[in-house]
Amino acid sequence: MAVVAFVVFSLLYLTPGDPAAILAGDAATDDDIRRIREKLGLDEPFLVRFGGWVWALLHGDLGISIFTNLPVTHLIGQRIEPTVSLTLCTLLVAVLIAVPLGVVAAARAGTWIDRTVMAFSVLGFSVPVFVLAYILILLFSIELDWLPVQGYRSFHEDAWDWLRHLILPSAALGTVYVALIARITRARMLDVLAQDYIRTAQAKGLAPRAVLVGHALKNAAVPIVTIIGIGIALLIGGAIVTETVFAIPRVGRLTVDAILRRDYPIIQGVILIFSGAYVLINLAVDLSYMFFDPRIRY
Amino acid sequence: MKRFFHYVAAIAAAAVVYALPGGDAAAQQKVLKFIPQADLRILDPIATTAYITRNHGYMVYDTLFAMDAKFQVKPQMVDKWEISKDALTYTFTLRDGLNFHDGQPVKSSDCIASVERWAKRDALGQKLAEAAESWSAVNDKTFRLKLKKPFPLTLEALAKPSSNVPFIMPERVAKTDAFKNIDDATGSGPFKMVKEEWVPGSKVVYVKNTDYVPRKEAPSWASGGKVVKVDRVEWIYIPDSATAAAALNAGEADIWEQLPPDLIPVLARNKDITVKDIDPLGSMGMIRFNFLYPPFNNEKMRQALLYAVNQQDYVIGIAGSLKNGHPCYSYFTCGTPLSSETAAEPLKGKRDFDKAKQLIKEAGYKGEKIIIIDATDQPIVHAQSLLTLEMLKKLGLNAEVQAGDWGTLITRRAVKEPVEKGGWSIFHTWLVGPDMVNPAVNFPIRGTGDKAWFGWPTDPKLEELREAWFNATDAAASKKATIAVQQRAFEFVPFIPTGQFILPTAYRSNITGLIIAPINLLWNVEKK
Repeated sequence: MAVVAFVVFSLLYLTPGDPAAILAGDAATDDDIRRIREKLGLDEPFLVRFGGWVWALLHGDLGISIFTNLPVTHLIGQRIEPTVSLTLCTLLVAVLIAVPLGVVAAARAGTWIDRTVMAFSVLGFSVPVFVLAYILILLFSIELDWLPVQGYRSFHEDAWDWLRHLILPSAALGTVYVALIARITRARMLDVLAQDYIRTAQAKGLAPRAVLVGHALKNAAVPIVTIIGIGIALLIGGAIVTETVFAIPRVGRLTVDAILRRDYPIIQGVILIFSGAYVLINLAVDLSYMFFDPRIRY
Repeated sequence: MKRFFHYVAAIAAAAVVYALPGGDAAAQQKVLKFIPQADLRILDPIATTAYITRNHGYMVYDTLFAMDAKFQVKPQMVDKWEISKDALTYTFTLRDGLNFHDGQPVKSSDCIASVERWAKRDALGQKLAEAAESWSAVNDKTFRLKLKKPFPLTLEALAKPSSNVPFIMPERVAKTDAFKNIDDATGSGPFKMVKEEWVPGSKVVYVKNTDYVPRKEAPSWASGGKVVKVDRVEWIYIPDSATAAAALNAGEADIWEQLPPDLIPVLARNKDITVKDIDPLGSMGMIRFNFLYPPFNNEKMRQALLYAVNQQDYVIGIAGSLKNGHPCYSYFTCGTPLSSETAAEPLKGKRDFDKAKQLIKEAGYKGEKIIIIDATDQPIVHAQSLLTLEMLKKLGLNAEVQAGDWGTLITRRAVKEPVEKGGWSIFHTWLVGPDMVNPAVNFPIRGTGDKAWFGWPTDPKLEELREAWFNATDAAASKKATIAVQQRAFEFVPFIPTGQFILPTAYRSNITGLIIAPINLLWNVEKK
């Protein structure tokens, strides 16, 4: 984390761009910008600024946004619920659909079911998220008027509305993950289903479902869980298009907006939080391996 | 399986019960959902000239004076005022019932501190400050301005409609350094900001200021009665224009402040939506030069481009069609009292590339690299950049577009180095109509060298003529002085206007009372 902190700060220091110029607006003069820069402490040397940031960080303070004057922790805090909600809903949709599809496709390898699942998988990869998002909006929001076009509603304010606001973005975003996880599941299941112990289980007269779920799927789970873990990491900050199209205030857009405006405290804070979250996700994924494959020990 | 469904039913029931109170409270309120032109990031309308912050300012603050649709100055917070016979003393008395959102009465000291802070940042405010000897409070409701020399634009300055607007803040806030961004949105205006609900990048919430006492006059631009007819206004920032259109179509939003031209026909098809130009002045595009280095440090090079710029192309490029704009052969906003086409011949009529090439030859152009800095995330800037590139190439100039985002452009335009060392030759931008109505507010026209706007033109003659305009005592003299400024501008060419365009507003048919003004004002708006 210390390395991440140093690299992030250094990169931002070297990146061209001046938040003082953006803050001052189009009509500002050189002198206006220079004075704002002074007030913000942006004219101070690298070590002074880095030292100040690290000192604040050690006290749990990620700093104040240059533009909104709000604490970075507050801005990130506002986005935690939408970020977690969309990530979990998307993942839930993806796993609940993709894993059974992959298992069925593998169990019926070479049949029309397998080919349909694979065709869907190719389609899921090929259709850009924003195109799918617009189609879903047109169909379910404009034509049928079933679901809201955009925005986010907190679970605490209205749980039903919260769910309604998440359905379309989760469906749009989840399609790629359904395609990915279904393909991985199918491929891994095909490997496992060719193993001797599966044949033994079948020869012992176990029900096909028990063989598939109890023996094959559990043994195929490690790479699937790895992909799901990577998916979570990507979904936290990498769903900018979905956030933009559905106007959901998640951390992804917060980061992009901060980059465009050179709001350094936000960029630094978000990247630091992201890296921490990624470490935790990887740890959880690694630990889960022990459950699926007891041979794995740390 | 049965047990599973019981769990699901229990969770769903709990969620519905949990959700009910919030839903009821919201249903009783009249909520106006407004899609603004940009995301509100900065709350301080003095620290920035960003239009979205100015619009926020109009929601929460009030002004001493305001300009009406006839460009007349009208009192707003001021009840009465007196000007001494020698025009050196102005005495203002505040009207009754003015209170800040925190319940404190608006006092003279608040007004003085606010105007003084504004005058440190605003160009017209700085002129007023130069002429001012002192501001003093006579009592809590009366204050006085003493001038060193007559300043005929005193009331116009205090009624300035666009950035920076002299909004009145509590003294404790207005005492903040003018170069430091304030975070306290306490004003005395018709709406109160609900800061706890502000989610930058997503939503800004205002509620009706029930203690606000509107003036009796009908609203006209930012003057007159600011009667709020809804309980709550939510600015919903939707970054994707297709989604914004869908939200308006679906009734999730009531008003969309500025439509991109390509979506106008889409929304116009919906009978429940009105698409209308409510901005009478629109915006003006411009080509700005770097005056420090060749080739545009040469007057003839700049004059050459006047003969080549086709404003119709620029208007179509920016606004989609000539329905949403028109050429404006003036350095001052067309449709306003001081605009004229005097000396505009090089910019009008059939484009004369031969004349332009002749001027380029006379300028002794030696093939110097021309760098156009572009911001692809700003369609108005990007469209102009591409059109200018094409024009320069047609003239045989060695031009190149260097594209980036707006943040990069406005940083790079401050670089005073030559193009080989990261400098630039041309950038494009646009200003709203009110920011170009006269020589006082039209800052790109200034020729003060290092102190001028980016490009840093130096032209003492232009400055002299501008100064003469400040001394004009009546409308005729003001017009005459403006024409002199424009004549010089067409010789010196501080920038080239590329046309006037209007991005229309779209709103649902149950919305009435939108004020026709160059700023989107949300008082008087009713939702049925």
